[in-house]
Amino acid sequence: MDVLATVLPALGDAFALILQPSVLIYLCLGVVMGLAVGVFPGLGGIAGLSLVLPFMFGMDTVSGLALMIGMVAVVPTSDTFASVLMGIPGSSASQATVLDGFPLAKRGEAARALAAAFSSSLFGGLVGALFLTFFILIARPIVLAFKLPEMLMITILGLSMVAILAGRIPLKGLAAASLGLAVGTIGEADAGGSLRMATYDIPYLTDGLKLVIVGLGIFAVPEIVALLRQDRSISQQAVLGAGWFDGVKDWWRNKWLSMRCSLIGVVVGVIPGLGGSVVDWIAYGHSVQTTKDKSNFGKGEIRGIVGPESSNNAKEGGGLVPTLIFGIPGSGSMAIFMGAVALLGSGDLEVGPQMLSADYLDITYSIVWLLAFANVVGTILCIGLSGSIAKLTTIRFTLLAPFLFMLISFAAFQSGQNLADLVALFAIGLLGIFLRRFDWSRPAFLIGFVLSNPAETFANQAYQVAGSKFRQGFDVGMDYLFGPIVIVLIIITVVSVYFGIRQAKMIMSEGEVKSGSKRAPLIFLLAITAYFAISFFDASQINDRLITDKIFPMIACGVGLLCCFVLLGQMQRRPETDTIFADREVSGDDATAAHGLWATLAWFGFLLVLSSLVGFILALLVFLLTFMRLRASLSWAMAAIYTASGIAFMCAMAWILNRDFPPGLLQSYFDLPWPLT
Amino acid sequence: MSTFTKYTRRAMCGIAAAVVLGSAVSAQATDMAGKTVEWTIPFSEKGGSAKWANFFAPLVSEALPGQPTVVVKFMPGAGSTKGANWFQKQKNGDGTVMFGSSGSTQFPYLLGDPRVRYEYKDWNPVMATGTGGVAYLPPDLGAKFDGSANNLKDVNFIYGSQGATRLDLVPLLAWKMLGLKVEPVFGVKGRGDGRLMFERGEANIDYQTSSGYLKGVVSLVEAGKAVPMMTWGSLDADGNIVRDPTFPDVATFKEVCEKTDGCETKGEAWDAWKAFFTAGFPVQKIAFLPKGTPQEVIDTFVEAFGKVKARDDFATISAKRLGKYPMFVGKDAQAALDQATSVPDSAKAYVVNWLKEDYGVELK
Repeated sequence: MDVLATVLPALGDAFALILQPSVLIYLCLGVVMGLAVGVFPGLGGIAGLSLVLPFMFGMDTVSGLALMIGMVAVVPTSDTFASVLMGIPGSSASQATVLDGFPLAKRGEAARALAAAFSSSLFGGLVGALFLTFFILIARPIVLAFKLPEMLMITILGLSMVAILAGRIPLKGLAAASLGLAVGTIGEADAGGSLRMATYDIPYLTDGLKLVIVGLGIFAVPEIVALLRQDRSISQQAVLGAGWFDGVKDWWRNKWLSMRCSLIGVVVGVIPGLGGSVVDWIAYGHSVQTTKDKSNFGKGEIRGIVGPESSNNAKEGGGLVPTLIFGIPGSGSMAIFMGAVALLGSGDLEVGPQMLSADYLDITYSIVWLLAFANVVGTILCIGLSGSIAKLTTIRFTLLAPFLFMLISFAAFQSGQNLADLVALFAIGLLGIFLRRFDWSRPAFLIGFVLSNPAETFANQAYQVAGSKFRQGFDVGMDYLFGPIVIVLIIITVVSVYFGIRQAKMIMSEGEVKSGSKRAPLIFLLAITAYFAISFFDASQINDRLITDKIFPMIACGVGLLCCFVLLGQMQRRPETDTIFADREVSGDDATAAHGLWATLAWFGFLLVLSSLVGFILALLVFLLTFMRLRASLSWAMAAIYTASGIAFMCAMAWILNRDFPPGLLQSYFDLPWPLT
Repeated sequence: MSTFTKYTRRAMCGIAAAVVLGSAVSAQATDMAGKTVEWTIPFSEKGGSAKWANFFAPLVSEALPGQPTVVVKFMPGAGSTKGANWFQKQKNGDGTVMFGSSGSTQFPYLLGDPRVRYEYKDWNPVMATGTGGVAYLPPDLGAKFDGSANNLKDVNFIYGSQGATRLDLVPLLAWKMLGLKVEPVFGVKGRGDGRLMFERGEANIDYQTSSGYLKGVVSLVEAGKAVPMMTWGSLDADGNIVRDPTFPDVATFKEVCEKTDGCETKGEAWDAWKAFFTAGFPVQKIAFLPKGTPQEVIDTFVEAFGKVKARDDFATISAKRLGKYPMFVGKDAQAALDQATSVPDSAKAYVVNWLKEDYGVELK
């Protein structure tokens, strides 16, 4: 009971620190600011924290912590709004939520989905805090037990979720994941600095594509375009169905799943270097595997929301461990948080091992429990809002879409502050549209992309370190590579791949797609094959001395090429009604849509081209006005009102967050006043 | 963008937020009042430069006439060359644009990286600070280290490195000169991750900059899990390498090299090492105003940083965050910059050739 003797007094002191009115006010202020920022896809905690950073210098330690934690904690909760209502993954934490959340919104059950998500988030946050209270004392040796082979295996476990999400034709899912891996290698290699599918003449590519852009392009652009073509509301029911109370009941029915996923979230979150990118996929995979009737996944299964949402808030708590006790930030927002902590109070507080010493344990615990309180406040606010915000799904989508285009362009631009961000968004969006149309698994692509860099880095490093261990002796090397944790992870991976493949056919993460003619699917497959071939060739040209830079893209592209060749062979033999020729344009919603694909996409292209010419705000002015008048057929007066409010909102947001807009050609010749810059 | 509206906007933003947070912004009618200084750092929010700028921003804001808001902006990309290339094009010489470069910006410039489109000689340095570095070993290997590296030459060393063309060039070259067989594992994301590899027993040699060492390694040394090996030293007024004032008890690389068989403190390898050490450590981080800034604006900033340096509590607060190192202001900063960016061609050629021979890295 040694642990209890240390924990209890420190915990008591921590609560005394937190439960002061001024601290609670700062916490609520942080939560409200975090909510406002978190609703924006792609901005999240970093933008919010940067906003308050200038005020941290010399601020009272606990109040400053309350303000920052309130903001950080609520982001993975509030980004659920975008995931569920619009199908836009707000951050890497809510990618998996899109799969079942958005279909529910389409069925008119957005409020239920949101409430289930928020209840799960709250529960996950609390379980995380409780777990951490005791775990943090013994965390150091456990974190140190996760060496490179262990981290590589966790990454592979994340990748193995592709098996479940591969869709009806496993080879297509594998090819999509390989494509994600290959696209993830674009840019300068981490190891030797070689360029893959990039050139120094296009500096934008040397840094690789950002997750925000790929997430928005793969999920948001295709959904927005698809909905816009049909000219109706997101919810296909005229009235909203189940309300927020049903969502809370849904969570309660699945409380054990929620509990398990919270623990997954906390444990994976603790491991530095992985960040949170695998957590929600592992939780989603777990939810699928433990559900008896799997047929509803991808079509609006509530368990597909409860699982990932429980894990992603718990992960924030877990992520505090490497940040606080090793001084290694697990994410961008944690990095700013660390920097800000040094500015607080008299500046004595410095994250690191001393956070666990008796002097600082009360501060550490107040951080853990501030996180829990922030979750409670944030969730209550979100649940309260969910009923009315869910009404957004009943609005005619044509009136909503231009604002969504506006938001995602702005969010994409923030990732690199470069006009090329908009080009990349459009290109990836196009890829997303085709993946969706021909029923290639978009989640598999995204998993591949997200895990590409960790998989490559950990594999190369583990290989190098293992080589040196083997030189010391065969058993030393084997001990290093196959520790008990690795073996357990291998078993879990094999089991989940085996069951995943068996179940994949039942889980249509994107709904059913009919097959039709051969030509279009074949052309798309040939294009993907060509990309793999070029990328393979490009990687093979790298100097053999830098083998670590070329081996991973070559393997990813090689696997992709193999899949493509087999698929090509199958296309030769099978009739055009086979599922391999799935094409949304043949029948279903897309085929019967009121507007064509290209005409709709052209509107988005129009906004981007205009931005590159006259800057973002002027482009918005023209775009919103013409869109509302021509596409939505509003009167000029109404169109002007919509345009004005859209631009006012955009400016207010950018002004508060101190963000810039994409400048165009015009701006390079003339100095214009803000916000026309 | 018209500068006037921009400042109004930023200032309003600052005031609004300040009021919300219960503090107040004084509004003296002097030249910088109501303006916003954007201090751009070409790295992400995670790194040491972010910490450095966040440390100085509130202090210099207080010291500048009119207390303008100083915001730190981050523009990461292409190993800091993106931000530096951007700064090269800035023309706002009214003190509202400031830039912070680091050793990682200096090295590509010195090595002739093809992405470099910036020229240090165009910029106006107002302040520079230095740091040091400490190499350390696990206890079993530390026991073999007797002030020379003679007993370590048979060990297979593994080192978690961010890349051979970065600051890691300095330790890698030093270890090579000592005759150590160090295999760098590239692709480590930061020095903190390198330290974690060391703690997990996967790496068996590591180095940290001073602040990283103070924060993460001192406690390991106290717990008997690490042993300091050597510092890179620091420069005296005549440019000689002397003991690092932050770690006066730890020998410098120069001392260890002198005692180690086959390592020489003269010749082209030594000259190259010293040149890159000088560019990377004693003058590691520099704050610049852009090309063409009028002298009175430069003077205002130099004076403000001078005031920061003269604060009674500066020694204590900076020692904790940045280590005990000199801060150069004004003319001294210019001298420091000249020192950091003038590497003899022979040293450059030696390093370029070594990177190619040992790591296959070609800068083209």
